Amino acid sequence: MARVLINFAHPALEKSRMHRQLLMAVKGMQGITFNDLYEQYPEMDIDAAREQDLLLKHDVILLQHPFYWYSAPAIVKQWMDLVLEHGWAYGHTGNALQGKYLTNVISAGGAESSYQRGGHHEYTVREFLLPFLQSAILCNMHYAAPYVIYGVHKMDNQDIKEEAQRYRKMLELLRDDKIPLAGLPALNTMNQVLQLPTTQPDKV
Amino acid sequence: MNQHSLLFQSMIYLAAAIVFVPIAKKMGLGAVLGYLLAGVIIGPSILGFIGKEGEDIMHFAEFGVVMMLFLIGMELEPTLLWRLRSSILGLGGLQVVVSAAAIAALAYFLGQPVNAALALGMILSLSSTAIVLQTLNEKGWMGTSAGQSAFSVLLFQDIAVIPMLAIFPLLATQVATDAETHSPSLRDGLPGWGQTLVVLGAVGVIIIAGRYLVRPLMRIIARTRVRELFTAMALLMVVAIAVLMSLVGLSPALGAFLGGVVLANSEYRHELESDIEPFKGLLLGLFFIAVGASIDFKLIMEEPLLIFGLVLGLMALKALVLLMLGKIFKLSTDQNLLFAFALADIGEFAFVLLSFSNQTQLLDARLTDMLTAIVAISMALTPLIMLLYEKVVQPYFTRCVPDAEERKNDEINEKNAVIIAGFGRFGSMTGRFLRANGIACTILDMDSDRVDALHNLGIKVYYGDASRYDILAAAGAKDARLLIIATDNHEQTREIVSLAKKYFPHLQLLVRAAQMEDTFDLMDLGVLHIYRETVDTSLRMGSDALRMLGVRAYYSERAARTFFRQDERALKGLSALRDDKKQYVNIMKERIDEMEKLISSDRIKTWLDEGQGWNPESLREEIRGEADDTVPQP
Repeated sequence: MARVLINFAHPALEKSRMHRQLLMAVKGMQGITFNDLYEQYPEMDIDAAREQDLLLKHDVILLQHPFYWYSAPAIVKQWMDLVLEHGWAYGHTGNALQGKYLTNVISAGGAESSYQRGGHHEYTVREFLLPFLQSAILCNMHYAAPYVIYGVHKMDNQDIKEEAQRYRKMLELLRDDKIPLAGLPALNTMNQVLQLPTTQPDKV
Repeated sequence: MNQHSLLFQSMIYLAAAIVFVPIAKKMGLGAVLGYLLAGVIIGPSILGFIGKEGEDIMHFAEFGVVMMLFLIGMELEPTLLWRLRSSILGLGGLQVVVSAAAIAALAYFLGQPVNAALALGMILSLSSTAIVLQTLNEKGWMGTSAGQSAFSVLLFQDIAVIPMLAIFPLLATQVATDAETHSPSLRDGLPGWGQTLVVLGAVGVIIIAGRYLVRPLMRIIARTRVRELFTAMALLMVVAIAVLMSLVGLSPALGAFLGGVVLANSEYRHELESDIEPFKGLLLGLFFIAVGASIDFKLIMEEPLLIFGLVLGLMALKALVLLMLGKIFKLSTDQNLLFAFALADIGEFAFVLLSFSNQTQLLDARLTDMLTAIVAISMALTPLIMLLYEKVVQPYFTRCVPDAEERKNDEINEKNAVIIAGFGRFGSMTGRFLRANGIACTILDMDSDRVDALHNLGIKVYYGDASRYDILAAAGAKDARLLIIATDNHEQTREIVSLAKKYFPHLQLLVRAAQMEDTFDLMDLGVLHIYRETVDTSLRMGSDALRMLGVRAYYSERAARTFFRQDERALKGLSALRDDKKQYVNIMKERIDEMEKLISSDRIKTWLDEGQGWNPESLREEIRGEADDTVPQP
């Protein structure tokens, strides 16, 4: 069973339709650790020891957040700055995170078509997430394909609920080792997991 | 005395006090001696600014003694009085009886007739409540066993004046005839049991009024929010008691004392104390000046040896009696000496009794004049004797009197960038925080127990009054950068602020404020960094409450901070508003209204909706209104 950690960051959850639903869908899931950064550190004072301890206890680390300005909300950066210490996460002796999988779970307002050459945002989401990819590599981790929910602004409540269920399904597959983790970096997005044949043939 | 001369007299008295008291203080002589000295100098013997009318002033100023006893009564809980009963009755009673007998015997031996000798014994056995208590207070000896014993004796003497006044007419060969010498009393012409009833009735009136009338009255006055009415009420109470007591022929001082005791547990105690305190101080000062002025130097010059011999002889005799009694009542030697030194003088009641016995021809005029001089001299000597005790006798005893008041300011030998004045629960937090961050602070505190306790914990705190220039200078105010004022008492805070602004203008001040009023006051003083005591804590509590109700932590946190900023801004606005209207009295109500308006107005939306950058609503609407997504939508 893969141990999954969700580091969640939303500074104004009360204003977010999508993440509220995502949270509701994953709430209480067995084997998934949900770590709400803004709730835990409202004064932005990250407890690095606690966070490092959490990282050590998990195999897959998901950074779940809205896609603010092609990146993550401020506390995610703060978290990276303080938790991924030299000598622990990277550097000659820094191999605490060796072999773990890291990626982002993001919601974006725009459609997938706008994140490409000639599109409104010109670049792909994966390109925008380059700093996360390289950070993972520096920390001897694998950067798995990000899980991206596009077009949130145009979704109605029903769409959002369905997205939340898909997210939950994906997490179950990850947790229950239905898909080999080693294949994750090669995917385009982690959403594709839902279409892959699972290693054990028991479908929902 | 017309108005002009009254003003002139006031000016003379006040100027004399202001010139001589600081000089006496500086020389270590104490305020009482300063007042006496001022009296001597402006009196008929030297400058002659005041003459015979000094006696009128003295009678008026005796009221200071009444006020002092009122205040003393208020400090006393009835339980304490009960605890002191054996020393009041035993020690006090024996002191008066034995001293009076000894002095009477001496007088008789020196050729006075029996009745005059008895009168002299009684007159001279009394000590000066005003001077002794004031001096004991000033030196901080009130709490010592000698101080307590002295207080008990003085209390008994005040009570004893009443029977003395009753006995004197019996001793007199010629009964006082005129009404003006003896104030008319309700008791006149009543039979013995009637007199007793009147006296008991008057005492009952004071107790019942104190219990059941004063409190509701004070409540009504408090509701008017007119500050000076409190003062008026406090004065009225003391004056009314004095009038009532005089009416039934009792000592006003004693009545005031009783009134004070009745009000000791009242919730308005501090209010009353602070209102009467300055009047008491001034009147007592006036009284001492009058005593100084009444010393007849011409008479003394004529018979210096006789007079000084009598002064010393009488005081030595009284001191001997006191020493003996102190021994019986098991005072330790040093305390016994203090007790004897303190009470060896002859008190102000002697003036009253002397003039009374003069009118009744009990004593002849020359003797009365001479005794007046003797009493005045002995009173003037009391502070000197106490000084002698303090400087010469006390050092002989290794077991010095422990006291907070007299404690010398500590020698300060460190220079830091930060000075903290006041190291109570507030200042200590700030101090600990700075220390934890490697900032050394010079810490001043006025609570000697706290200073000692902190010393024991290894924290260097200096005992010293930061509102004094020399102390601040010694603490390195010239080179320091910050002065953190965290004293408990706003008045003191105020003084430190003014002092620092005047003499050390380069210092940045960080000032603690307990009340809204204090905050406004500090704003008026031009303090830029004011820290309202409970604001941060209460907002943290509010933010936690929001959290417990399920609101997101980050939102609660930001809401509290935003609210804090908003509140500070509102406070500044209100401060300006207050200056405009110049209405101290009703400002509180207005401020509350204003606060409510602010909170319920549309501004509440402003602070709740900060963080618009995280609100996707407008963007979402825009996108929905368009055919395809051409708007940036990260």
